[in-house]
Amino acid sequence: MPIERYIFLAIALFCIGIAGVLIRRNAIIVFMCIELMLNAVNLLLVAFSKMHHLKATAANATAGIEGQLFVFFIMVVAAAEVSVGLAIIVMMYRNVHSVDINFLNRLKH
Amino acid sequence: MNVSDILFYFLSALAIGSAILVVISRSPIYSVLWLIVTFFAISGHYIMMNAQFLGIVNLIVYAGAIMVLFLFVIMLINLNTDAKPQKGKWLRLAGTVAGGCLLLVLVAALKNTEVKGMGVQVGTGDIGLINQLGKALFTEYVVPFEISSILFLSAMVGAVVIGKK
Repeated sequence: MPIERYIFLAIALFCIGIAGVLIRRNAIIVFMCIELMLNAVNLLLVAFSKMHHLKATAANATAGIEGQLFVFFIMVVAAAEVSVGLAIIVMMYRNVHSVDINFLNRLKH
Repeated sequence: MNVSDILFYFLSALAIGSAILVVISRSPIYSVLWLIVTFFAISGHYIMMNAQFLGIVNLIVYAGAIMVLFLFVIMLINLNTDAKPQKGKWLRLAGTVAGGCLLLVLVAALKNTEVKGMGVQVGTGDIGLINQLGKALFTEYVVPFEISSILFLSAMVGAVVIGKK
């Protein structure tokens, strides 16, 4: 399987995530699009890890395992980030009774 | 075109299609459900590349835990206000154009990249198995692993403190 297929797939998922962040005004959906971008990067890291493993497996039997460990740590950080971020969204809903990010313009005034 | 090619295109189409549906769904509940479909497709890619541990962890952590958390928050929040139309047709158009431009630039930049044509090992290779990953995680990367537990503890305390106010 050539690597550029995985590169283009990850680029497509990442750009859909960016377009979602720019288009949608609902804070929860913006947050979900950020998760989508994180997953696109994870997919590309695993693909590069397997590519490096195929190339360097003669010299080092566990070549490329660092990429998969990085994906594991990204998942750990994403889980922590989601728990705090959703708590912030719930607090924001209690204060302004909406999750629309257009209402979060108090710093402007 | 062999089986892995067909599987790759099927999973890619599923991932991209459901990712687009995440963005364009009107109700956040449908967005969450389509995002779960996207995560299943990405887990299918992991399993196809024989990264079995990451495939299962992706299902358990993302599709299991994080998406349930999203669903709980959506159910906690009153969603009736979402029925009003989103303001700004031009804003949506500008967002779409910006995302499309980024896609175009990245594809054009990486079309003839240095790694072009190099193969990805599909179906074989044992670095994705839990045996190898566990050995590396508990010998070479044991300090980041312990630090991530402190991160989880601080995130838990932070979520409780923010949520209690």
